[in-house]
Amino acid sequence: MKQYMKYIGLAVVLALFLATGVGCNAMQQMEGGGNEENSDKPYVAVIAKGFQHKFWQTVKKGAEQAAKDLDIRITFEGPDTEAQVDKQVEMLDAAISKNPVAICIAALDSRALLGSLDKAAERGIALVGFDSGVDSDLLVATAATDNTAAAALAADKLAEAIGEEGKVGMVVHDQVSTTGRQRRDGFRERIESTYPNIEIVDIQYGEGDHTQSADVAKAMITANSDLKAIYGSNEGSAIGVMLAVEELNKVGKIQVVGFDSGKKQVDSIRNGDMLGAVTQNPIQLGYKAVEAAYRASRGETVQKEIDTGFEWYDKNNVDSDVIKPLLYD
Amino acid sequence: MKDKEMTAQQILKPSRVFSGQAIQKILAFLTLIVMIVFFSVASPNFFVSDNIISILLATCVNGLLALGVTFVIITGGIDLSIGTVMTFASVMAGVVVTSLGAPLWLGVLVAVVTGGVIGSITGLLVAYLRIPAFIATLGIMMITKGLSLVVSGASPIYFPAEYKEIAVGSLVGKVIPGFSLQNGVLIFFVMAILAGVILNRTILGRYNFAIGSNTEATRLSGVNVAGWLTAIHTLSGIFCGIAGVVMSSRLGSAQPALGQGYELEAIAAVVIGGTSLSGGQGTISGTVIGAFIMSVLTNGLRIMGVKQEWQTVTIGIVVILAVFIDIYRRKKQR
Repeated sequence: MKQYMKYIGLAVVLALFLATGVGCNAMQQMEGGGNEENSDKPYVAVIAKGFQHKFWQTVKKGAEQAAKDLDIRITFEGPDTEAQVDKQVEMLDAAISKNPVAICIAALDSRALLGSLDKAAERGIALVGFDSGVDSDLLVATAATDNTAAAALAADKLAEAIGEEGKVGMVVHDQVSTTGRQRRDGFRERIESTYPNIEIVDIQYGEGDHTQSADVAKAMITANSDLKAIYGSNEGSAIGVMLAVEELNKVGKIQVVGFDSGKKQVDSIRNGDMLGAVTQNPIQLGYKAVEAAYRASRGETVQKEIDTGFEWYDKNNVDSDVIKPLLYD
Repeated sequence: MKDKEMTAQQILKPSRVFSGQAIQKILAFLTLIVMIVFFSVASPNFFVSDNIISILLATCVNGLLALGVTFVIITGGIDLSIGTVMTFASVMAGVVVTSLGAPLWLGVLVAVVTGGVIGSITGLLVAYLRIPAFIATLGIMMITKGLSLVVSGASPIYFPAEYKEIAVGSLVGKVIPGFSLQNGVLIFFVMAILAGVILNRTILGRYNFAIGSNTEATRLSGVNVAGWLTAIHTLSGIFCGIAGVVMSSRLGSAQPALGQGYELEAIAAVVIGGTSLSGGQGTISGTVIGAFIMSVLTNGLRIMGVKQEWQTVTIGIVVILAVFIDIYRRKKQR
């Protein structure tokens, strides 16, 4: 009897394993329909920088919408964290094995992906970057937020709120990354070119970290008693600036303009402590990447740089139908 | 002394344990075969040379970590720091090669030595200071994670282009033209054979099983348990160092933020391969099979286009099943 139990155990495992596989497939067909392997629809693989985060889930929504509109089939994947460069390479390799007509890739580290991208290009798979580019001619297009223009919009809104005059400070997440530089320069250039009566007294870098950004913002406020407004260039920077303003009891006296979303930032905007922020448009990001990839695969010419748009939000429209889907906690 | 130890081992490990272990190994191997057949039928893109190469390459880093930690798990211990030790080793290699301009071979050596040194520190904490392995290695995990960020300045370190050859180049391809097995895979197989020899043919391997079966009995037989435990952890650390070389070579860079979570995948591979978390039993071939099960499963579900949420669920189920069978088998033996 004991002997048989072992074989029964073995049978159970195999049965469960197969059931899981079949179950997955059934589940998938129930959920999404047109996702099955043997579909005749053209297939586009989308590989993001992440998966669980609301931002990427929103990108996914946009990508799925594009698939529906274009009548194509997509898969959407991304590593668990943005550090897992190797997992992204594996996802790309697996995607190439599936012979898609096109691949959309948001590269975590473009150099690690180059070998696989070469292979994809050799096979005639159309490659489109999104969110951030890859330094390579292999990509036919890159869909991303025009950060310079988005930062300029933040500058306009901030200028309007302080009557186009006075001192302002900037807390930027870093001076190395492309987004950091674009969001700094876009803001600064707009102020310098359009608002002669506004003076940027200081630009500090807080690595996008809440406490570090709060510390540099506090120092800025202490050094400039007549500071009218501060700009934070991403979620962490904006939340840090808001913390500094709260801790120094300057809410309402110093206007804060931010970037992206996140619970604390959205709450501060909703209750009026913070003037507002610019958000990227993750839905358009996913939509336009898939659209461009599919068009490129059919030999149509696509724009090399695709702006996926951005929106300004403040307490008046934070809960509107246009803005709400773009924000994450 | 040796006789006593052997008798203790014989009492604790009667032959039917081996038959149980063999069953688990066959079970794991069968599961692997069934999975490969299943995915081959389910998708025409699975059993093609390019994809098989992807699977082999995806196995080697997790496999190397799993080989090392197999030794630790057989002692009845655990090591949660292997993923971040791997990262720290690769970052150290990166710093030595890029900032100090050292030749590549020295970078590789530094990575392996770094892994060994951290492993021996873990060993000292666990064996001599008697800090519970779970906590000691959790601490080492955080320390190495932090140090990787400190040493690298929290940004990736890019190696010279030749460094990629270590894992992605093909020595075998030069000897046998047309068979371009990547070096990373070759390193994994060579290290697996080496690990098998160490575990089955050396004193270290014998004491490894003895400590795992019954630490007290082993100590009473006059074996320097703490010393051997430290040596075993050092060995595991060396495997982490080698994994760090393969990982960073494959990516062309040392990624300081990577590594956390990899320890659990490696431990899962070890357990799926039939090595018992309570110690005293385990095989290297089982671990190799376990590592392949993990990567075939991940790759196959991806190729099938299973949604990512369900991929994770499925892998979770397989891990639980594997451990359940291990426990069930053990219960029956009592």
